[in-house]
Amino acid sequence: MSRPVKQNFIRPSHIEGFPVGPQFTAGHLADTNAGWRTFRPVVNHDTCIYCLRCYLVCPDGTIFKDNGKIAVDYDYCKGCGVCAHECPKNAIEMVKEQL
Amino acid sequence: MSSANTLTRITPKNITDQEFFYGHKACAGCGGSLAVRLALKVLGERTYAAFPAGCMAAVGFIYPQMAFTNNAIITTFPGVASMASGIAVGAKALGIQNFKTVAFAGDGGTADIGLQALSGMIDRGDDVLYICYDNEAYMNTGIQKSGLTPFGTQTTTTPAGKNIHGSKTQKKNLFEIIAAHDIPYAATASIGYPQDYIDKVQKAAQVKGPAFIHVYASCPTGWGTPTETSVEIAKEAVDCGLFFLAEYENGDYRLTRNPKQFASVADYLKKQGRFKHLSDADIASIEAHRDHKWERMRRMWNHQ
Amino acid sequence: MSKKREFISGDEAVAIGVKLSRPHVIAAYPITPQTITVERLSEMVERGELNAEYMHVESEHSAISAAMGASAVGARTFTASSSQGLLYMTEGLHYASGGRFPVVMMNANRSVALPWSIYGDQRDSLSLLDSGWIQVYVEDAQEALDMMIQAFRIAEHPDVLTPMMVNLDGFILTHTYEIVEIPEQSQVDAFLPPFQTPNKMCFNNPKNMGFSSQPNDNTEFKYQQNLAVLNAVKVLEQADTDFATMFGRKYNGMVDEYQSADAEVLLVTLGSVTGTVRDVVDEMRAEGHKVGVIKIRYMRPFPEEQLQSLTAKAKAIGVLEKDISFGYEGTVYTNVNSALAKVGNTVPKLNFVGGLGGRDISKADIRNMFLKLQRVAAGEAYKTVDFFNLNVETNE
Ligand SMILES: Cc1ncc(C[n+]2csc(CCOP(=O)(O)OP(=O)(O)O)c2C)c(N)n1
Ligand code: SF4
Ligand code: SF4
Ligand code: SF4
Ligand SMILES: [Mg+2]
Repeated sequence: MSRPVKQNFIRPSHIEGFPVGPQFTAGHLADTNAGWRTFRPVVNHDTCIYCLRCYLVCPDGTIFKDNGKIAVDYDYCKGCGVCAHECPKNAIEMVKEQL
Repeated sequence: MSSANTLTRITPKNITDQEFFYGHKACAGCGGSLAVRLALKVLGERTYAAFPAGCMAAVGFIYPQMAFTNNAIITTFPGVASMASGIAVGAKALGIQNFKTVAFAGDGGTADIGLQALSGMIDRGDDVLYICYDNEAYMNTGIQKSGLTPFGTQTTTTPAGKNIHGSKTQKKNLFEIIAAHDIPYAATASIGYPQDYIDKVQKAAQVKGPAFIHVYASCPTGWGTPTETSVEIAKEAVDCGLFFLAEYENGDYRLTRNPKQFASVADYLKKQGRFKHLSDADIASIEAHRDHKWERMRRMWNHQ
Repeated sequence: MSKKREFISGDEAVAIGVKLSRPHVIAAYPITPQTITVERLSEMVERGELNAEYMHVESEHSAISAAMGASAVGARTFTASSSQGLLYMTEGLHYASGGRFPVVMMNANRSVALPWSIYGDQRDSLSLLDSGWIQVYVEDAQEALDMMIQAFRIAEHPDVLTPMMVNLDGFILTHTYEIVEIPEQSQVDAFLPPFQTPNKMCFNNPKNMGFSSQPNDNTEFKYQQNLAVLNAVKVLEQADTDFATMFGRKYNGMVDEYQSADAEVLLVTLGSVTGTVRDVVDEMRAEGHKVGVIKIRYMRPFPEEQLQSLTAKAKAIGVLEKDISFGYEGTVYTNVNSALAKVGNTVPKLNFVGGLGGRDISKADIRNMFLKLQRVAAGEAYKTVDFFNLNVETNE
């Protein structure tokens, strides 16, 4: 797995279920960031030239290579718009999220 | 001879698909998180990463949300270099092989409170790559002035008013302070030039001993810039000459980017809320300071 | 097989105890009167007798920070400090206990500036009782050596995983030469297994450590930390027993006592002064005075029950300590008084404060304390805090 995914975390109900001191499994995600977004990046695969600029500059690492195509992990994309702004082909559109 | 010459250059095409800093709670468009993300992708999974108090620590480790998929630890605010040293030395003493230790600290954690420990780490020659992500203020505590806050910046402790126009001091010369230790490798970089940054991280990772990278990393929240321009603004800082890209290696300084002509300083400043108040005279003095610095760098350092 | 003995100082005894414990990493910064320890350790590393990494850190803050870093990957770690240096570590002391890093430290008890003084008292470590460390105070060089070995075993125990500070009085112990028996390495190895913990950064099972927790979880981590120090009681008692079996020396766990069983008045002590008190007890017993002494060894965890039962028959109790919490009383006294109050012990309890900044506590001083306790037991009025060896007259 190249990216961690949200885990089904249940808060321990007994003290012995707690980690011994502040140390825990690396990459354990209990929560998504999707709710932060007001705009979502949508890739137009017809105009995208797969230059990977968006993949390079995404601060959250939520753009990934999906069999030769650009894909977005909408569980963790925050909608910052860096990818769209940096795309040399304007192949990413920031679309308002429907609430 | 140098193994760096035989290395395959890491690019977006061949860089690992693995993400090591993921699901964190940094603000949308955070430049510091991009600096951390890219460096960890270059360094790979056999990496111990240490973070002092500061934004990256605050957004990456909120139990039970653990945003690092590699080994990572929060250190005390002044103690990232010493704890990273301890990790590197401890792992060596245990016979662990083929690993890298990296410290990521903010401008405050590096140029101010962490400087002493960093100096000790370099002096001892500990095998640690230290990366300072510079967002030019103490962001985690709410945008206060640090030693790397540039002249004229409005922060919450250097308010801009009639009497004082923001920060009264210039940025400390961090790069040369570090280089003056005769460190094997030091560099400056910017997330606005991500491939250059990746190249420098890759090179620094080959050093057996201390290495240092000062990477300019925008902060939309603290700078008052739109989130989508985080990479662009960090590039413009370099293009207008307020930040420079350089390397220090084998005792020699080298400008790795030497713009023929600088882009407009005023344009760069005026895009940011933190500089909105600056007068033409303030901007002129910022330019004069830039020119003085570049005159000296071009005279003393290698460049094309 | 004849036993190996050496004529060495307390600091040197610590260094030998540390060497025998086979630490992976030593990170320390020099400060009088701890320096001999770090010098000896450096020499042992140089000679190849000690296969450890000696880190020349640039401060005590970095010493504890580096030790924690090494501990976080599973290394056995040692540091040493004193006074100003210990206080400069303070942030790291809390960090180490909260992070559950079982670092072991030697602290040479020394006065805290201002005024400057390199000489002994216990205000440095006693001001840090709340930092979450196990604290033991030793009485002589032999105990210093032996407790270094025990400290690693106690601190690293899975039920404890808490850092431990071994305190010895500056100069009085650190710089005084005594005949000390040196344990066999093979026996130490049998007593002290290698450090093993699942709670470390490793590449098979990567961890995120030192994280932050929200108000909803934070108290649980603190509850756990409290439990860990309480767990240390059993672990340290077992270590004491096993140590006695292996090496023939027993220190009686949390507290030691001398002639306390039928004593009418008792002094409670901490550290090296106990030796002098014992001598005075012998002298006064010979004269027919029913006096005795209780030596606190561990300030954390605190020997509450032991103190409650050992003092049950006394008619007056004095706590002799090299500490004062300005505006109140000595911290040892506060702790002892609190323990005794819980069982309704209402006999007079006095706090003899002295030995600050290296001032000698003489046999005459101690005899006076016992005599005063006797008078108070007989009904004489008293004030709790008694700065017993002031060199001037006061308005009191
Ligand atoms: C000893 C200590 N002093 C102060 C603080 C409060 N503090 C935490 S983070 C921080 C600012 C961090 O600034 P910087 O290093 O630039 O990192 P950034 O937050 O900008 O990423 C401060 C002042 C602390 N945690 N520890
Ligand atoms: S930056 Fe634009 S063109 Fe390049 S890969 Fe991304 S979407 Fe395609
Ligand atoms: S909007 Fe921001 S977070 Fe989302 S994919 Fe684009 S760059 Fe990444
Ligand atoms: S305040 Fe700035 S540096 Fe901190 S997380 Fe937000 S954008 Fe990043
Ligand atoms: Mg900062």
